[in-house]
Amino acid sequence: MITLEHLYLLAGAMFAAFAVLSLGDRDNRKRFGNAAFWALVAASFFAGDRLGDLGNGLLVLCLVAIAGLGGMGRGHPPTTTPEERAASSERRGNLLFLPALIIPATALLGTLLLKDSGWIDPKQVTLVSLGAGVLLALAAGYAWLRPPVLAPLQEGRRLMDSVGWAAVLPQMLAALGAVFALAGVGQVVGGIAQGMLPDGSLFAAVAVYAIGMAVFTMIMGNAFAAFPVMTGAVGLPILIHHFHGDPAAICAIGMLAGFCGTLMTPMAANFNIVPAALLDLKDRNAVVKAQVGTALPLLACNLLLIYFLGFRQT
Amino acid sequence: MTYLPLLGILLVVAGFALRLNPLLVVTVAAVATGLIAGKPLLVVVAAFGKAFNDNRFVTIIYILLPVIGLLERYGLQQRARTLIGGMKRATTGRLLLAYLLFRQVTASLGLTSVAGHPQTVRPLVAPMAEAAAEKQDPDIDEAGRERVKAYAAATDNVGNFFGEDIFIAIGSILLMVGFLAQNGITLAPLELSVYAVPTAVLAFLIHGARLLWLDRSLSSPSRRDGEGDRATRGGGAAAVGPSTAFGGPPPHEASPHREDLR
Repeated sequence: MITLEHLYLLAGAMFAAFAVLSLGDRDNRKRFGNAAFWALVAASFFAGDRLGDLGNGLLVLCLVAIAGLGGMGRGHPPTTTPEERAASSERRGNLLFLPALIIPATALLGTLLLKDSGWIDPKQVTLVSLGAGVLLALAAGYAWLRPPVLAPLQEGRRLMDSVGWAAVLPQMLAALGAVFALAGVGQVVGGIAQGMLPDGSLFAAVAVYAIGMAVFTMIMGNAFAAFPVMTGAVGLPILIHHFHGDPAAICAIGMLAGFCGTLMTPMAANFNIVPAALLDLKDRNAVVKAQVGTALPLLACNLLLIYFLGFRQT
Repeated sequence: MTYLPLLGILLVVAGFALRLNPLLVVTVAAVATGLIAGKPLLVVVAAFGKAFNDNRFVTIIYILLPVIGLLERYGLQQRARTLIGGMKRATTGRLLLAYLLFRQVTASLGLTSVAGHPQTVRPLVAPMAEAAAEKQDPDIDEAGRERVKAYAAATDNVGNFFGEDIFIAIGSILLMVGFLAQNGITLAPLELSVYAVPTAVLAFLIHGARLLWLDRSLSSPSRRDGEGDRATRGGGAAAVGPSTAFGGPPPHEASPHREDLR
């Protein structure tokens, strides 16, 4: 049976290849930093379950040390020129989108058709199907485009280097959420939130969760960081356990309520401040101002969606 | 109850605000939170390591990169630009509306990186929107141009945020799966991502309506003559003369302006 473990081996192999190719990239002054970082990520995927908890903890500290000391640069993998790309785009047309669409199509079909096949761990069928979709898309790409053998890995490394250390940030934030849970942060925030709640009012509880997600996201600049805190504080204990709401609807729409917060904060610099600079806007908050009028009504919609979709049975 | 455990949140806020490396900030916050809770340092590091290991699948999305990179090698981004460039004859609002749809649909298929601020907004969407606005309002002033460009960037964000969660293997969906698993609730990514659909539709309707509203304010400048405060917006812009009133933001954005600080 194919499980998440196999997918981790695939990811480990890819990151190991990024590490080796980084090492040979003499145009990147910081190539040893990149190689070490991707090698550690590869080790985590290959052997994370055998390293022990403390071993994994030390691995994380090494990742943080490399990133925190500015040890990573951007590699210069061999690729095509803009002119070659324009010519290829002209020649191949919209068919170029097709291999990319194989991935979500395979993931979706696999999820729907192979859940009970016995070939795949039913809990992980989506991610395994996604991995299969990647391999299918790669095969199609090789057959159609006839690239150099290493091209997908080199091009993947080009994109990976442009993401850099930020690649592991969501995983780190998930881990931070776990430590917060251990230390009882959720109970404290939940205690504060419950103090503000009128007893037994479901609507008020939903409002505190949705608006809290948006406000915490505005403060932290990032819905990923806000999600474990607010969901641990209000979502799980009150909406899911006390009021028996549907966890999928509450969490999924709660995250989107957080995204409304992302639209309204200069703390989310990548989305709001960097574009203002890219477009030479004189007011660095111009993008945030253009977004508030969408974010506020949408936040209200999300609040109502949680209320109506999350509690249909009760 | 003591509020001391909240110090970790404070550290995250302060660290992000000071633009320190976020990985460093998150780690320091985790270690500090654990220590405050009375756990020895090695226990905290081990707990953080275990949680990191348990959440590896959040990082699994990058196995898509070789495919995307390969297609980019053969002109995927140029193709996306051709598609967007084909929308030429539209008004500002309709152009941005079409881009919003394009961004939502591609993001929902996992193609979040075919478009974006550096890839499409700066080279394409913003200049095209600005050019369209010039046709609609030949007297457009600097503030009006800024507003149109800001809307172009805003449209990219809205399309991206409220499209990507429909895709089952995006970071936020996997983060939720991991968080719920830690708390004893097993859900498949698809069960979460279907709930992104209603919000995606509503985001399209709300932002789309605002884009069409932008068109109205560009083509009927006289409409907002009665609003008073617009004419004072930004000292520098006053030099343009009577047309200063044309480019002000819609009423719901009436907030203090920073332009006078520039």
